[in-house]
Amino acid sequence: MKDDGGLLWSLAAQFAVLSLFAIGGANAAVPEMHRLAVEIQQWMTDRQFADLFAIAQLAPGPNVILVTLIGYQAAGLAGAAVATAAMCGPTCVLAYGVGRIWDRFREARWRRAIQAGLVPVSIGLVAASALILAQATGHSAAAFALTAATAAVAYFTRVNPLWLLASAGLVGLSGYV
Amino acid sequence: MSPPTLPPTSVPGEPPSVSPAGVPGLLALFLAFSKVSLAGFGGVLPWARQVIVEERRWMTPEEFNDAFALAHFLPGPNVVNLAVVFGSRMRGVPGAIVAFSGLIGPPVVVVTALGILYARFGELLWLQRALAGIAAGAAGLIVATVAKMAKPMLQKGFGPDPWMAVAVFVAIGVLRWPLPWVIAVVAPVSVALAWFSTRGSAREG
Repeated sequence: MKDDGGLLWSLAAQFAVLSLFAIGGANAAVPEMHRLAVEIQQWMTDRQFADLFAIAQLAPGPNVILVTLIGYQAAGLAGAAVATAAMCGPTCVLAYGVGRIWDRFREARWRRAIQAGLVPVSIGLVAASALILAQATGHSAAAFALTAATAAVAYFTRVNPLWLLASAGLVGLSGYV
Repeated sequence: MSPPTLPPTSVPGEPPSVSPAGVPGLLALFLAFSKVSLAGFGGVLPWARQVIVEERRWMTPEEFNDAFALAHFLPGPNVVNLAVVFGSRMRGVPGAIVAFSGLIGPPVVVVTALGILYARFGELLWLQRALAGIAAGAAGLIVATVAKMAKPMLQKGFGPDPWMAVAVFVAIGVLRWPLPWVIAVVAPVSVALAWFSTRGSAREG
């Protein structure tokens, strides 16, 4: 039990910190989640991380539910609850607080500078997510081809992403990926 | 996606009370955000707009854009921020809690059930294969997201922004440095550069 308590605290602390640096939403935090869950804590393998990401994308709801899956994999139901709460809690409090004073600085130049300055940061983070996910999934040429094809269709058309994921799943079933 | 434009019955930024359809109750808030979250496969924000602005008319498009800008300004999951901002504007702290619970509660239950199934059956060969395909596809969706995000930046002409993005990408994606340290160094530099380039320029989103 003592170990479990330690594990839950570690989940809580790491996701709480991570959430405050997730500039650009949950997808921007994927590299850090991977670093924690796979490389440092070794809660799961590379492949399991990619699987959980796939499940989170398939499931309805905001992308942040990836954290729930990582928490579950690390420490069961309590882990799922703790990780989700830690990922959402600090930013919720921040959102509430900033929301109350937003009108005072909405038009301020420093506010616009922060927002504009963070755009390239979040692009870099999400690009890193793409790289890490592609590396976690694609150990075959077929997987890379599937990633590239999905990216092209998603970029150039307005097909619902769910259809793309379903098609990718069917390709996967063939066993070549 | 362009909604039938609503008459601007309210001043953006002047909180509750003035939205077109009055202030929703707590249960209505919870149900609305549950709907948003369960309908939103692979992208919840468009649904938030659909439900809040077009269906329930709790906010004018201008008010929604303002709340959206605020949610984007903050770190963390943007939709979660939006729920908190919207809920608190409507009903204070209880409103924020209820909107958040509606948004996150149902998907967390669904995804936990999926997590339990995965822990039990994740090693089945056919499931492995299907998930490998889906994961490869999901990675592709993120690649497309990056391309869409980067397009306006690259069209803006040649400035320091692409270099900032590349620096973050290399530090986080290739070198695998810890996120907080990288952000602590790169974000201030990037914001400072943006500060100098916004001098006197016209306001934009």
